[in-house]
Amino acid sequence: MKHIYLDNAATTQLDQDVLEKMKPFIRDYYGNPSSIYSFGRESLKAIEQARETVASCFNCRSSEIYFTSCGTESDNWAIKGICSSHRAKGKHIITTNIEHPAVLDTFRYMKKIGYDITLVPVEKNGIVNASDIEKAIRKDTILISVMFANNEIGTIQPIAEIGAIAKKHNIVFHTDAVQAAGAIPIDVKALNIDLMSVSAHKFHGPKGVGALYIKRGIVIDNLLHGGGQERTRRAATDNVCGIVGLAEALRLSVENMEKNNAHIKAIRDAVKAGIEAKVPYIIYNGDETNRLVNNINFCFKFIEGEALILLLDMKGICASSGSACASKSLDPSHVLLALGLPHEIAHGSLRLTFGKDSSMNDVDYIVNTVAQTVDRLRQMSPLYESFIKEH
Amino acid sequence: MYSAKVMDHFANPRNVGVLADANAVGQVGNAKCGDIMKIYMKIEDNIIKDVSFMTFGCGAAIATSSMATELVKGKTVEEALTLTNKAVMDALDGLPPVKVHCSLLAEEAIKAAIYDYKKSIGEQVTEDNFACNTCCHNKKCE
Repeated sequence: MKHIYLDNAATTQLDQDVLEKMKPFIRDYYGNPSSIYSFGRESLKAIEQARETVASCFNCRSSEIYFTSCGTESDNWAIKGICSSHRAKGKHIITTNIEHPAVLDTFRYMKKIGYDITLVPVEKNGIVNASDIEKAIRKDTILISVMFANNEIGTIQPIAEIGAIAKKHNIVFHTDAVQAAGAIPIDVKALNIDLMSVSAHKFHGPKGVGALYIKRGIVIDNLLHGGGQERTRRAATDNVCGIVGLAEALRLSVENMEKNNAHIKAIRDAVKAGIEAKVPYIIYNGDETNRLVNNINFCFKFIEGEALILLLDMKGICASSGSACASKSLDPSHVLLALGLPHEIAHGSLRLTFGKDSSMNDVDYIVNTVAQTVDRLRQMSPLYESFIKEH
Repeated sequence: MYSAKVMDHFANPRNVGVLADANAVGQVGNAKCGDIMKIYMKIEDNIIKDVSFMTFGCGAAIATSSMATELVKGKTVEEALTLTNKAVMDALDGLPPVKVHCSLLAEEAIKAAIYDYKKSIGEQVTEDNFACNTCCHNKKCE
């Protein structure tokens, strides 16, 4: 059976070249990089080389890169660390209403322990207005956290504008760049970013490793206390092979970005046009142009997303949905609701995210399978039945 | 996460479609919650001769609709009224906890169709207060 992986926003396949780089550090060089003897130094050298590589990809100093266990840890560290270190200055923090749960849920936790939070709503196109962020600033605001690109609808946020606003008001600015790193060029200096989270498995690196960029001079408390790793800022024995993998995957993604993006965009655009031509009563979620080139997000009226995903899976297509049933919660995706979609339409969403290994040869199969599956579910939908009767 | 039986009834639903000569129709659920079930029945001599369903919902909603129609087909009206959501679940080899409400929706859809029939022949009906019409995710489902 076919296996067409269209869920690259969820995770990506580890690149073969990255795996080769990691291999020596899985078993051969098992020395603890914190050890004094020369055997541990091989591991330490590899980590420091990885740090240089990551820094060069984001235009920062290697001493500003801290390795973590994942994007979620980086987000938690950024938010909790700044809230703790800046609590004397104020207790107000700002984010948007379309953030990843790693940020949103951390904000809710900060609220629970006494911080004031403001969730700035995005526009109907899934992009926040930078001036709305500025309006939310108070005297006691200590942190602004806005994602670089959204994981569900791919919309790219006005990071440069928000960075300039944060700088003007002397407020720490964090961005969750988990979807953006390796997919679009990022220059942390030019964008006035103070803290930035990334995760290796989103750009063909291994799972279980991430990084946090912390601009020199930013005062931030630790999340993990213990040993003196990461220049005493992040305790825990270093995940050497993961760190090596993260750096190599990021280097390859940045090096091949233009080529990969052209390839991915061509396939994405063909699938989008094909679905729009074949399937009526659909809504394209998120801004048409200001979004990641790998992302498609549609709502198909009259059907439910989990059923769609399961049927596509039977035809060999891996995709995802923001329906309540697919998300294991009672409500459909907070991102789709933030766009102003009613619940019943948000339940029928489909996200397809393409990658460098997607093939133009699969476009017809994807389009036809999606069209047939949507039609099949509509033929058994009482909502479609009454809609057709009325029109 | 679904049993083989759930996947079978979801992928190959039995009795799906609009029953042209139905003399009873019941609908429960609401679009906001993400599931609506509509049951069509042709009832003659107090027996459910034919039954079909139309469902907007997830895999479990479609599978429970399919199984519920199978369980009441050929049964008397009284027998069909005794169908419980547990019986639907058991026949499907169980459902994940978050999907239990789908089986309740199926039970209530069957009842709604039968009440519609009883009313059409002039019988007095004391209708249940269908939990799933206000919201499927209420306490009764848990």
